[in-house]
Amino acid sequence: MSERRVTVASTVGLHARPAGLFTQAVAASGQTVTISRPDGEAVNAASILAVLSLGVEHGQEVVLRSEGDKADEVLDQLVELLSVDHDDASPKG
Amino acid sequence: MAGQVLVGVAASPGLAAAPAVRWDGGHSSEAVAPAVTIDEASERVTADLRERAALASTAEGRAVLEALALFASDPDLLTHARTGVAAGTAPTEAVRAAAASYADQLRALGGYLGERADDVVDIGERLSAALEGRVVASLPSPGFPYVLVAGDLAPADTALLDPSVVLAIVIEQGGPTSHTAILARGLGIPAVVACRGARDAADGHNVAVDGHRGELHIDPDPETVTRLRDLQAQRVARAASAIGPGRTSDGVSVPLLVNVGTVRDAIAAADSDAEGIGLFRTEFLFLGRESEPTTEEQVETYSQVFSRFVGRRVVVRTLDAGSDKPLPFLRIPKEENPALGLRGLRTATVQPEVLERQLTALAAAAAATGTQPWVMAPMVSTVTEARWFAAQVRAAGLPTPGVMIEVPAAALRSAHVLAEVDFASLGTNDLGQYALAADRQLGMLGTLLDPWQPAVLALVDAACAGGRATSKPIGVCGEAASDPALAAVLVGLGVRSLSMAPVALPEVRALLRGVDLATCQRAAAAALAAPTAAEARSVAHAVLEP
Repeated sequence: MSERRVTVASTVGLHARPAGLFTQAVAASGQTVTISRPDGEAVNAASILAVLSLGVEHGQEVVLRSEGDKADEVLDQLVELLSVDHDDASPKG
Repeated sequence: MAGQVLVGVAASPGLAAAPAVRWDGGHSSEAVAPAVTIDEASERVTADLRERAALASTAEGRAVLEALALFASDPDLLTHARTGVAAGTAPTEAVRAAAASYADQLRALGGYLGERADDVVDIGERLSAALEGRVVASLPSPGFPYVLVAGDLAPADTALLDPSVVLAIVIEQGGPTSHTAILARGLGIPAVVACRGARDAADGHNVAVDGHRGELHIDPDPETVTRLRDLQAQRVARAASAIGPGRTSDGVSVPLLVNVGTVRDAIAAADSDAEGIGLFRTEFLFLGRESEPTTEEQVETYSQVFSRFVGRRVVVRTLDAGSDKPLPFLRIPKEENPALGLRGLRTATVQPEVLERQLTALAAAAAATGTQPWVMAPMVSTVTEARWFAAQVRAAGLPTPGVMIEVPAAALRSAHVLAEVDFASLGTNDLGQYALAADRQLGMLGTLLDPWQPAVLALVDAACAGGRATSKPIGVCGEAASDPALAAVLVGLGVRSLSMAPVALPEVRALLRGVDLATCQRAAAAALAAPTAAEARSVAHAVLEP
């Protein structure tokens, strides 16, 4: 099982557009990835509803986990995605 | 009938006059082959929403529809629904139940995420319709500009709304911060919500919608239309000149603050002309977690908010949890009546350490950012509780303790309560709930929960009397503050700061700038003397906008 910890850089937190970008990237990878708070229950990272329900805010840490030979590559890509502040122009995106 | 005026809740300012077109939502008469599986239903609904997103006339509308498309294809939602089917539930029910389950989770988080809850329920409806071979109805296209009159509107319905065709919206349900209100404000069209009976009254008639007063005029005569246009022109002129800090026309200062429930909201508010945060809800840090957030995490999060409000007021509300917002680490047993149970400050009687750690973190964040947040406790009912809380706050090194007055007992004994603390903020939503014994969650109790209920105004009056007796400031952070006329009444009763959803600030600022304190006091006296909420509203409007 590969694991990465990353601090959410997006000023809007893991909501709206950043959450959409993240879950779509997970789905596109074809890999099973979970996401959780450092001390919390892991949820399906491809599910936007599960990710939104975590209520992760700007500056908070999440843990990504995945298994298999492509796991590290995919996790690194997702870490990069979460480490960038995506400018959320639309308030309700 | 001609000349009839229905009154709802003002949701978006402006004036429009056009034929009314009734829309009952539901399904169109078109029938299509039912989707055989949940996956097929999901594919259809997702494709439909993506098509609509491409047609949306505003960036916001497009974003709403794209998010809805993501929900409709969410793997966990579909798995949840399939599990239900495997357990014997009908597919149409299973998709609705799955949607409801996620909607509840989002609602518990409140704020922006809570607003997405209705979107998820809408997805459940669309998936269900696809499984039944029915098509969710689209907004009417009669071929002329009209006023849309509906029961309620889902985000997907309004995202495609063209403001050159739909000149105003009137719905029978909803509230001032519902997505309909927010969308209408974004589009710049007038809207009235919670206007019961609007569909039957307006069907087939020309109407005029006054979004500022929340009025729907049926077949208004030409004199009425002229009068409404003049009033609207006056408001526009006033709004254009209303910038800067909140105050009355004779210079009485009424700081206009915002309610925030996440760091995201706070950052957005920091960039606006809000004079501070009147209610910083801290539950978001605690909900959805197995264990309490560490002190470090709390300090980091509070600092992010405080640092953006240096020189502006920040009023923090300590953790407001109860058995309806379960926190695993706060061991509150299941209750029959969570609204009347171990909630708010009361949880400190079983686990005082949680509050202690929160206060320590708030003090550390204040020190780190060079700010002096005010700190208040929710659900304070007695002098003893206020005294205890104030002692805790000061012991943590925070100089300004306060209380939320949302329990009628505290309002009635406000002078005694205020003697123990430095300020109070009125939570008018809960005050109304407890005063009229009406559950806030039940839409059918609508009139009882109207913020203009004279009994609630009387409690505000009692609270303000205590404020005057002790020379302590009283603010309002409930929904009442966002209704401009009601805000003026509150000022007339003695309230000296108003905290609301950011979108409501400009209208409140504009109205206050246009009236002096004496006029606010006359409006307040008239409203207090009224026998019903509806009359309180109309006499206050008559005083404020003669």
